[in-house]
Amino acid sequence: MAEYQRIVIGGGGFAGLALALALRKGLGTAFEVVVADPSLATRPSSDPRASAIIAAGRNLFEVLGVWSVVAPHAQPIVDMIVTDSQLEDVMRPAFLTFAGDVTSSRGPTTSETDAPARPFAHMIENRFLIDALVNACVAQGVVLRTCAVTGFENHRDAIAVTLDDGETLEARLLVAADGGRSALRERAGIATNGWEYDQSGIVVTVSHERDHHGRAEEHFLPAGPFAILPLTGRRSSLVWTEARDEAERIVALPADDFRRELEQRFGLHLGELRAETTPRAFPLGYFVARSFIGDRLALVGDAAHVIHPIAGQGLNLGLKDVAALAEVLVDAVRLGLDPGQAPVLERYQRWRRFDTMAMGIATNGLNLLFSNRSALLRTVRDIGLGLVDRMPPVKNVLIKQAAGLSGEVPRLLRGESL
Amino acid sequence: MPMQTNVSPSTVDPAEVARFSKLSDEWWDPNGKMAPLHKINPLRIGWIRDAACRKFNRNPRSLASLEGLRILDIGCGAGLLSEPLARLGAQVIGIDPSESNIAAAKMHAARSSLLIDYRATSVEEMGNLERFDLVLAMEVVEHVTDVGLFLERCAALMKPSGMMVVSTLNRTVKSFALAIVGAEYVLRWLPRGTHQWSRFITPAELAQHLHKSRLEVTEQTGVVYTPFADRWSLSSDMDVNYMVTAEAYS
Repeated sequence: MAEYQRIVIGGGGFAGLALALALRKGLGTAFEVVVADPSLATRPSSDPRASAIIAAGRNLFEVLGVWSVVAPHAQPIVDMIVTDSQLEDVMRPAFLTFAGDVTSSRGPTTSETDAPARPFAHMIENRFLIDALVNACVAQGVVLRTCAVTGFENHRDAIAVTLDDGETLEARLLVAADGGRSALRERAGIATNGWEYDQSGIVVTVSHERDHHGRAEEHFLPAGPFAILPLTGRRSSLVWTEARDEAERIVALPADDFRRELEQRFGLHLGELRAETTPRAFPLGYFVARSFIGDRLALVGDAAHVIHPIAGQGLNLGLKDVAALAEVLVDAVRLGLDPGQAPVLERYQRWRRFDTMAMGIATNGLNLLFSNRSALLRTVRDIGLGLVDRMPPVKNVLIKQAAGLSGEVPRLLRGESL
Repeated sequence: MPMQTNVSPSTVDPAEVARFSKLSDEWWDPNGKMAPLHKINPLRIGWIRDAACRKFNRNPRSLASLEGLRILDIGCGAGLLSEPLARLGAQVIGIDPSESNIAAAKMHAARSSLLIDYRATSVEEMGNLERFDLVLAMEVVEHVTDVGLFLERCAALMKPSGMMVVSTLNRTVKSFALAIVGAEYVLRWLPRGTHQWSRFITPAELAQHLHKSRLEVTEQTGVVYTPFADRWSLSSDMDVNYMVTAEAYS
C-alpha cells in the first residue's frame, strides 16, 4: 500500500542541499529526495566567495553531519570591532567591540555557564561547504540530477516537475532553492517587493602579512560598510560597498591601483595586502517574495528573499528557512499528512515570512543610518553605539540576535535532530 | 503515482462517478468548503496519534507509528482523518451513513493508493463481530439523537484494551456565541443549521454517558481558535471545542 513519495528541490546551493539532507535524515527512505541543478556537474565546487556561518547555522550543519568535515577550513570569529569613519581619518576609534562567544545568559566571555562557549560565527569559503554537503547528500541517498527544472504543473494530488533532459517527476512538493533570480519563483507568478540599492558589493579575498587573530572588522565608511572577515591563515574575505559606478571603476583597475584603493580603506594594520581572487562587484538589492509558498511549491533561501549584506545575515536567513521547512514537512509526514498540502505550507509561511521582513527592514535601516556623510547623523549613531557598548545586557541581546538564537528557533538550529 | 481513479468501467454510471468525484474534490480542497476541517486536522490527528502512542507504547516520531492498529473512524466523511491514519500504518475502517460520502472517500483513497475499508453504515448496523484498538467519534455526538445509546454501541466495538476518542462541542454561552453565531453566521464557515446548540454536550455529561458504558475519561483537552493568528491550538479551555480519550475501567 506504499504510495510513491517524492520531494524535488530545484537548486543545489546551500539551501537546497541542506534541505535535502535534513529531509533525508528526518524522513528516512520513505521519501525520495531529488536535487536538480546543472551546477552539480561542476565538482569540486569553484565558488570563490566566503560566507559567515553563525552559531545557529553551525548547529544545523552539526546535526546534518557536515560540520566536522568543514571545521578545518572554518575560521572562528572571536572578536569583532565596529568603527564609524571618514576615509581620511588616520585613527578609527572603535565604538562597539564584541568579544565573541555565545553563552546562555551572562556576559559574552564568561566561561562558568553550563553551555560551552562558542564563537558566534565562523567564516568559511563556500566551495568547502558545498562539497561537504554534496558528499553528504550522496552518502544519504539524495538523488542528485545535473539538470535544470524547466517546468512544473499542478495535478491536485501531485506536482509534475519537468527536467531539461525531458524527464517528468511526480512529486508531493517542489522547493524553489534556485537563488535570487529564481526562475521557479517567476514561473509560479510570485512577485517580489523590494528595491535596488545604489550600491554594489565588491567581493575579494586578500592575503596579509600579519595575523588577524580571528578579528572581524566592520568600518562604516561614507560610501557604505567595509567588512573585513577573517579566513583561515593570513587571509581575509572582504565585503566592500561602494556606489555602483565607483564599484565598477574599482574592480576594473590594474592590480597596483586596486591595491592603493584597497589600502586606503583597509588600513595597514595587518601589513602589506594582496588580492588573492579577482575582485567582483555585485549590485545590492533587497526583496522579499510576496508569498513564500504556492500550490505544492515552497521558496527557500535567496529565492524567497535577498537582503543587504551589511549584517552578514543573508545566508543565515536561508538556513533558517531550511530548518523551519524541514521541521514543518517532517512533522506533517509524521501525522500521515500530505506534505505538499496548503495547511502544511501555510505553517512554514507564517513562521518565516514575518521574520524575514523584520530582518530586511532592520538591515535597510542600518544601511541608511550608516551610508552617508551627515555630521549630525554621525554624532547620533556614535552616541548610540557608544551607549550600546557600555551596556552588556543590550550587547548580549545583539550578539544572540546576530547568532540567530533569538525568536522561535527551529529544532535543527538549536542543534536538535528533527 | 497513479493519477487516474481505479473504478471498473463496466458497471458504473459515468454521471455518478463525476458526481462523486466532484464531491471528493470539495471535501479535499483545503481552501474550499471544508477549509475549517483542513485547518483543525493536523491538531486533532496529532492529539490522537500522541494519545495512541502513549497507550500502545509506540514512537510518535516513527513514520509508521500506528502500524497494525485497528481503527474505526465513525462519520469518516470523505476520509480526511482516515487517510492520514492509514498512512501511519493503521488498518482503518471508515463508516459514514452517507453513501455519497463513502463513494467520494473510496475514490480519493484509490487515487492516494491507500487501502481503507470504507462502508456506508452506522455503528448500530456494525454487528457484533469486529473489535477495534481505537474507536474515533470525532465531531459526531452532537449530531446523534441518543448520545447514551450511541456511546454504548461504540464501547461494544472496542477491544478490552482499546481506547475511544471523542471530540465535540460544549454547551456554554461561549459555544453559542462562537460555534453558532460566529462559525455559521459571521464567518460563514459552516452552513446555517449545521449545529443545534441544544444538542451540544458538556464534558460532565459526556463522562457520565461514558461511565454508563463502563468507560472512564483518561485524558482531555480544549481546542481553541485564535482568529488573529488563524490558528487552532490545544488549551485547558474546554468551553467550546474539546476532545477526550476514554478506556474501560475495571
